[in-house]
Amino acid sequence: MTSMTPGSTVASATAPTRPRSSYWSHLKYVMSENPVTGLAFGLFALIILAALFGPYLVPHDPLATGVGAALQPPSLAHWFGTDHLGRDVFSRVVVATRLDLLISVSAVAISFVVGSVIGSLAGYFGGWTDRITGRLVDTIMAFPLFVLAMGIVAAAGNTVENIVYATAIINLPFYARMARAEVSIRRNVGYVQAARLSGNSELRVLFGHIFPNIMPPMMVQISLNMGWAILNAAGLSFIGLGVQPPSPEWGIMVAEGANFIISGEWWLVIFPGLALMLAVFTFNLIGDGLRDLVDPQRRT
Amino acid sequence: MSLALKARKVGLRLLEAIPTVIGILVVCFLLTRALPGDPAAYFAGPMADAESIEQVRRNLGLDQPLPVQFVNYVTDLLTGNLGMAISTGQPVVAELATRLPASLELTLGALLLSFLIAVPLGVMAATRPNTWVDHLCRFLVTAGVSLPTFFTGLALMYIFYYLLGWAPAPMGRIDMMYLPPETATGFYTIDTLIAGDWETFRAAIAQMALPLITLALFTLAPIARMTRAAMLQTLGSEFVRTARAAGLNGRRVLVTYAFRNALLPVVTTLGMVFSFLLGANVLVEKVFAWPGIGSFAVEALVVSDYAAVQGFVLSMALLFVLLNLLIDVIYTLIDPRVGEES
Repeated sequence: MTSMTPGSTVASATAPTRPRSSYWSHLKYVMSENPVTGLAFGLFALIILAALFGPYLVPHDPLATGVGAALQPPSLAHWFGTDHLGRDVFSRVVVATRLDLLISVSAVAISFVVGSVIGSLAGYFGGWTDRITGRLVDTIMAFPLFVLAMGIVAAAGNTVENIVYATAIINLPFYARMARAEVSIRRNVGYVQAARLSGNSELRVLFGHIFPNIMPPMMVQISLNMGWAILNAAGLSFIGLGVQPPSPEWGIMVAEGANFIISGEWWLVIFPGLALMLAVFTFNLIGDGLRDLVDPQRRT
Repeated sequence: MSLALKARKVGLRLLEAIPTVIGILVVCFLLTRALPGDPAAYFAGPMADAESIEQVRRNLGLDQPLPVQFVNYVTDLLTGNLGMAISTGQPVVAELATRLPASLELTLGALLLSFLIAVPLGVMAATRPNTWVDHLCRFLVTAGVSLPTFFTGLALMYIFYYLLGWAPAPMGRIDMMYLPPETATGFYTIDTLIAGDWETFRAAIAQMALPLITLALFTLAPIARMTRAAMLQTLGSEFVRTARAAGLNGRRVLVTYAFRNALLPVVTTLGMVFSFLLGANVLVEKVFAWPGIGSFAVEALVVSDYAAVQGFVLSMALLFVLLNLLIDVIYTLIDPRVGEES
């Protein structure tokens, strides 16, 4: 907006203030209309707090064995019970938030950056760029995504970094496709032509002028995608990839607890599973709320 | 005339699958060459010296340029050679072939079950907005996408096996008391029906119930969501209004006009559903010790049996291509618009 020609600033002089105030009133409207979204933001704050300060707040060391008797059901001393090594499940569930969030946030960040750059280039330049990136994206999508992630981690090595890369690769197509579609419809609109006429280079037009305008739908995509990335990373560690015991991580905690479910020790599976579900649920709700904000027509 | 047009469309779609398959082969080939460290050193074993590593390299054809290696890889695949599974000592192809029916039975069964529940649910939610059906639909959709399948499976196992004792022990496809049926299709439910063995059929169903419900809960969400949205859209469209205005009865408008058209986007989303389903299948097979290709791959992963894992990834991808082809063919066949335009 800053590099617009003097002629067009006249038209847009009133514009910046109006959308912002209506944006906030719309936000307020959405919040009051749908209290669930407010609840989701509350849960989100809780998750962030747990991720940042969890390790300092929990009552026990998540790795210390024998802080209580083994396999005790939930009690006042151990809110979520203890596992087969006498570790405190509550402390482990809370501390695990950081690792789970770290994996999914970095994966989503990588796929957002790489995917939206690839998609924007394809949408803006078309032609061969579009054909090559389109083929790349289609090839990723030709695999069942979780299976591809398994294959990548198996081939590249069983480490946490590779879980992040694998999750990033399988999420890439969603960002690339969305960015391509959003950029290509804006390729020749008025403000883009104005920016081009005032002498900006093609890349500057694309990333300085078009890209900020496709951010709202991309943000919705990120939020909806986060939940899926968490599920995916937890699924990979559930089958024994990536995070290694004794690190506290929700997927691996459920996997460890699975051996005890048929003898009735439910708390080992249920609490980390619920934490996982709550995190995914929160991101999905926020995504839906953001979509209502950004794109009222697609509201369900 | 319309049949010839549809046949042509199906033929074109079959041709489109070729580049996809080539892409899959390239990725799978790259994955086999991306082993941590030197593949030759890996296959030669930890005790090998430099000379024997070179020997292995030559034997595996790893000293040749990559395109030549790729041609060799594809030739191997065409002769059905995916290498040996270290964990069992059998060829990977044989292992996958014996385990595939178990996975397919579970996957297709879950899809059928969720389709039978989700489509009527979505239609009812769309025709009665803001009633309990609509709220139930919305709840199931939100819960379905938030629940990790492995967690749902374990929770169901706890309730129905440990607490209520309704489900049999979650071990494999059939209770130890029964003999597996004679193989005709490899699907235990169908095989027992062919043999007319009702008791074994019931045992197979009981064993399959929990994993099936787990997977169905997961796939129900996208199908119900899509059905509801598509029905809402077609019910609001002009051709439905016209049909109503022409005095057609409500049932006819709903089924012939709205539902047939609403089914198209639902069938399209099946591709994405299958992608999730095949992944979730792996987790559910591990939870219920289901002897399919998913649990085979998980076991292989644990012992770093790369040939087995790569064979699994490749066969899953090819299966997915096949399913996508099937979806598109069905789409063309049920599309009421194809044929009208000629």
